[in-house]
Amino acid sequence: MSQRPKIALIGNPNAGKSSLFNSLTGLRQKTGNFPGVTMDKLSGIWEIEPGQEVEILDLPGIYSIYPKSLDEELVINILGNPANEDYPDMAIVVADASNLKRNLLLFSQVRDLGIPTVLALNMIDVAETEGYVINSIKLARELNVEVAEINAKKGIGINGLRLAVGKTLANRYASNDALPLPVDEQMLAGIQLKFGEADPYRSLLWLMEHDRLKMFSPEQRKAFDVIQHEFQFKSEEYKTSETVKRYEALSEVVERCVINLNRQWDAPPVKTWTDRLDSVFLHSVGGYLFFFLLLFVMFQAVFTWAAYPMDAIDAGVAYLNDWLKTVLPASALTGLLTDGLVAGIGGVLIFIPQIAFLFFFIAMLEETGYMSRVMFIMDKLMRRFGLNGKSVVPLISGVACAVPAIMSTRSIGSWKDRLITIMVTPLMSCSARLPIYTVLISLVVPEKSTLFGLFNLQGLALFGMYLLGFVMAIVSAWVMKQILQVKERSYFIMELPTYKAPRFKHMAISILNSVKAFVFEAGKIIVAISIVLWVLASYGPGDSMSQVDAQVRQANPTLSSAELSNRIASEKLENSYAGHFGHFIEPVIKPLGYDWKIGIALITSFAAREVFVGTMSTIYSLGGEVDDENATIKNRMRAEINPETGKPLYDAALGFSLLIFYAFAMQCMSTLATTYRETKSWKYPAIQFFYMTALAYLTAFITYQMLA
Amino acid sequence: MNTRKTLAELKIGERAEIIGFTDALLSLKLLEMGCLPGSEIEMTHLAPFGDPLAIKVSGYTLTMRKDEAATIQINLLNN
Repeated sequence: MSQRPKIALIGNPNAGKSSLFNSLTGLRQKTGNFPGVTMDKLSGIWEIEPGQEVEILDLPGIYSIYPKSLDEELVINILGNPANEDYPDMAIVVADASNLKRNLLLFSQVRDLGIPTVLALNMIDVAETEGYVINSIKLARELNVEVAEINAKKGIGINGLRLAVGKTLANRYASNDALPLPVDEQMLAGIQLKFGEADPYRSLLWLMEHDRLKMFSPEQRKAFDVIQHEFQFKSEEYKTSETVKRYEALSEVVERCVINLNRQWDAPPVKTWTDRLDSVFLHSVGGYLFFFLLLFVMFQAVFTWAAYPMDAIDAGVAYLNDWLKTVLPASALTGLLTDGLVAGIGGVLIFIPQIAFLFFFIAMLEETGYMSRVMFIMDKLMRRFGLNGKSVVPLISGVACAVPAIMSTRSIGSWKDRLITIMVTPLMSCSARLPIYTVLISLVVPEKSTLFGLFNLQGLALFGMYLLGFVMAIVSAWVMKQILQVKERSYFIMELPTYKAPRFKHMAISILNSVKAFVFEAGKIIVAISIVLWVLASYGPGDSMSQVDAQVRQANPTLSSAELSNRIASEKLENSYAGHFGHFIEPVIKPLGYDWKIGIALITSFAAREVFVGTMSTIYSLGGEVDDENATIKNRMRAEINPETGKPLYDAALGFSLLIFYAFAMQCMSTLATTYRETKSWKYPAIQFFYMTALAYLTAFITYQMLA
Repeated sequence: MNTRKTLAELKIGERAEIIGFTDALLSLKLLEMGCLPGSEIEMTHLAPFGDPLAIKVSGYTLTMRKDEAATIQINLLNN
């Protein structure tokens, strides 16, 4: 069997490309990576007729083939390079019929590249309610392509599209014309001589965009520069005149193929639902009010609703662990499987509910079109700090979990703005910090104290921690804005799509893809680190570990068996490799007020900060169910005496120092893994790790030294 | 009265006709997004603090920042 033909799905943002993709491929989709680009590649299989399958590639929405951001570059790197592994056999250009002229601009460019193209006219119903009637048969004749009328959302017209695609695949006819605007024939000949025969428009694209095309080597780029210079060819001028010229030609086509009923009736424009909703959502007061109300509901959901499935997963994993321990013979291997591997996998799985909920809300905001409104009302504020209106969403999501938050930065077109957003998002206090905050605040802030007899000080302190995270995030963003010198023009020219009812199937697919990506990509690393930690905490140098048991028994003959095993566990920890590491780093963390035990917690927390409470409870020889006995850990920590001063170890200075440290330190392997995945470079997770840890160390140091 | 202005000076509810662009790079983007010389636009929304702004052009809504709007030359239309 021959390979499946590849079809690229191309269109303006909001033209219905994703709907069509989902209608065609259903669940037969897979996400992958475009080589070397920070974009997920979404492809799927469409059975065009029984036994004949084609591969559909969903390309990012664009307005023209000339890229304005790094994300859009992807499209010309595929369409401009026949040697690209994703180069399509043909293209389907999805056009919003209610905005035909603008949508046809992209179509005409794709066609002129020499790619066989089918035009899929979407949203004809919308066009008709707005008073436009399109003669698609005439349009097909004028443009010399197969035209299919579809309703992507309802999946109507797919059979017509099948026919059109089948015909085009059979004859591979690319109806490209001559160049939209003539250029020097000699220049074109020069390009073709040097870089091979190609359609004239493709050769010209190479010349104009050679710096963005990865197919060309630095030497070849220089050769293009020479040609450009020799013929005094001004790319930007050409692109602008070309666009104007194309519009002129398309205007005539549209004039002939579209009947505008409004013109005949001269009816006043109707106030649409979108207009009515926007008068609330974009209102200078009401817009903010609604937005904050929405945030409130969202966090309620992520924190409270997700808690039930999270508890269930936690209990399930614990049950599985106990069951494995009873069934399997006690051995090092069993220990690795249960406390190392199963616990590690559990640590991954437990985040699924929050990620799913968060992506549900984000998908909902995106699906309905509300997300663009949030960007609109927040842009001015965020811009002052080197961010972008589009950074709001990741920053908000970061309060639940930085992993999906960083994944959601993909909607930010400007690479610089996106990078800064990725870098500062982990400073937002995520849900894993919440238990740490709770324990530490209860240690250092008196329970019954209130401010002006009104506000509970503990609650206020907790709120303060969240505020601190946000303030540090935007301050860091501002600093990075000063440092980062990327020559990329940031635009905020953006279309506000009309409001649409969410398509739940589409949302389900998007949530499923995000969860899958998280479990498999970030999960691999979390599991690996969990295993390493387990080994480090279970084994020690020489035979010190095996002697602990006997020594503790000898030293404490009167202890009950439960207390005894706790004491043994704690002694073992001190003698394990992790314990040695704790002692080893003690000099470094001493200025922050920490001892070796906190040192172990810090080290283990570098994999994932949520292990802090667990590690603390092991260290203070509690073991067992942690969450149920928070009070007991608290009491044990409260009882801990500083051997040098004879006063309680967890005084305000240490407590606040630890709080600040955990607020700012980069202690989450999954976040680093996600940053790597999203930036496709180890440089950025490394910078993220070091700047955040340095920030944490410095601020904790200052806090401790000022309070001590 | 001189009715020539830039888009940045338009008030909410006012309509105008696009005359031209002053920034070569931005003009390409604007053209591609459907802001063509001769087309009619209406200022529909201003974000809090007056920036960015939203306009209606041939049936859809575009947002842009004030400094981007200042590169669009317009001719005020009588309502």
